[in-house]
Amino acid sequence: MNFPDDLKYTTEHEWVRFTDKKTDDGRRIVEIGITDFAQGELGELVYIEVDTIGDTVAKDAVFGTVEAVKTTSDLFMPLTGEVLEFNTEISEDGGDNPGLINSDPYGAGWIVRVALTDESQIDMLMGVGAYRELVGA
Amino acid sequence: MILSTPLESRHIALGAKMTEFAGYNMPILYTNLQEEHHAVRKDVGVFDVSHMGEFIVKGKQALDLVQRISSNNAGTLAIGHAQYSCLPNENGGIVDDMLVYRLPEDMCAAGEQAFMLVVNASNIKKDWDHIQQYASDFDTRIIDISDQTGLLAVQGPKALELLQPLTDVNLKDIAYYHFVKGTIAGIDNVIISATGYTGSGGFELYVENKDLVGLWDTIMGLELPVKPVPAGLGARDTLRLEMGFCLYGNDIDDTTSVIEAGLGWITKLKKASTFPSKDIFMAQKTNGVTKKLVGFIVDDRRVPRHGYPVCDADGKEIGVVTSGTMSPTLQVPLGLAYVPTAFAALDTTFNVMAGSKMLRARVVKLPFVDPNSLP
Repeated sequence: MNFPDDLKYTTEHEWVRFTDKKTDDGRRIVEIGITDFAQGELGELVYIEVDTIGDTVAKDAVFGTVEAVKTTSDLFMPLTGEVLEFNTEISEDGGDNPGLINSDPYGAGWIVRVALTDESQIDMLMGVGAYRELVGA
Repeated sequence: MILSTPLESRHIALGAKMTEFAGYNMPILYTNLQEEHHAVRKDVGVFDVSHMGEFIVKGKQALDLVQRISSNNAGTLAIGHAQYSCLPNENGGIVDDMLVYRLPEDMCAAGEQAFMLVVNASNIKKDWDHIQQYASDFDTRIIDISDQTGLLAVQGPKALELLQPLTDVNLKDIAYYHFVKGTIAGIDNVIISATGYTGSGGFELYVENKDLVGLWDTIMGLELPVKPVPAGLGARDTLRLEMGFCLYGNDIDDTTSVIEAGLGWITKLKKASTFPSKDIFMAQKTNGVTKKLVGFIVDDRRVPRHGYPVCDADGKEIGVVTSGTMSPTLQVPLGLAYVPTAFAALDTTFNVMAGSKMLRARVVKLPFVDPNSLP
């Protein structure tokens, strides 16, 4: 399993990438997806729902849902922020290709872009070492 | 302690994702659930279902005991036939569902009959204890051979062509729900049974554990007409659900009635022998039941799951989803649910609650996938 060093991780098996982009009003923009471990556990994804675009979602609250053939799983917000964008390659209204999360979980399979509300929460995320330990990899 | 089948190392070597199921470490999928599902529908897949339980019931009153505990009529079974049935409890519920095989009598003394009951792995002990309550009234012996018995389900339209070179038994002559005890892949006394729980035809092969790895290796080494695909419990679940087949623990359990579950066809109320809850089921058949298990499809991309509430148009909770999946064949979300009888007619609509989200559902005819439309 692959866990890039430059990402931060959560106990809910999401990853966070800190981009160098900011919103016009200076909020930091991050990309969020699910880890290689998570996509492997879920199996082939068939549908991703994110109905929180434009909403500010609190840390640990549900911002979307992933459907695999055999199970459903909620997506939990790693950090409080405003959901700016849902990856159009994945969304039903765009490419409708949730399999990108299986094939490229840290690249083409990113799920949402979020403008952070409270950067102090960043310290609560895990580094790659701690996450590897969590999943025993 | 987690149990394993003799094929555990084969599954792991194939890269299977393993999970604990009914106390056994079992393959949930090897590479891709949907590919395994399609392989069974179009070609042939092989399942290790050795976790299943097998009881032999043998003796002068073996038939009488089976009739006393089983909802279906074992009296109609000739040697070489099998039937689907249930073990009802005394409270109008179901202890387990099972297959009943009427075995050849070559190992029996004169005047004896022999049956094999094939039960769910999760229920072996419960079934055994249940049957013992009735067994002492009959001149029979019951032997639990679950621990010595391996079972492969070779399922799909190409199963016959795949397996035929391994045996002199003419597989074409084994009708659905019939079986032959014969030699296959050099292994004697294999029960070659034209059964399975996938709706795509094929065979189930009951062998002694010591022969299981050899049988698996021989079958998995075949290449004609196609290479068989190892298939896991994930595909087994989607395949059975497309057929509307009940899964014990999901759709039926100790509290659900055979009549509510749509299993009236294996509940033979006219057979002479009594069986547990016969009166209850008879009253339900005469007076009707308040809830029924129905098949539904969802007009959404979200997938219904076991335990999701069912609500009417006013948002009142009226039932519960017992099984749900994204159908690999139909590519729509579908499921089974218990709903009030008033909601059980075809094309009736109701809502399924996926958390806070409401999914529109419509009752459809079972099976979801018509086996006759398959290759």
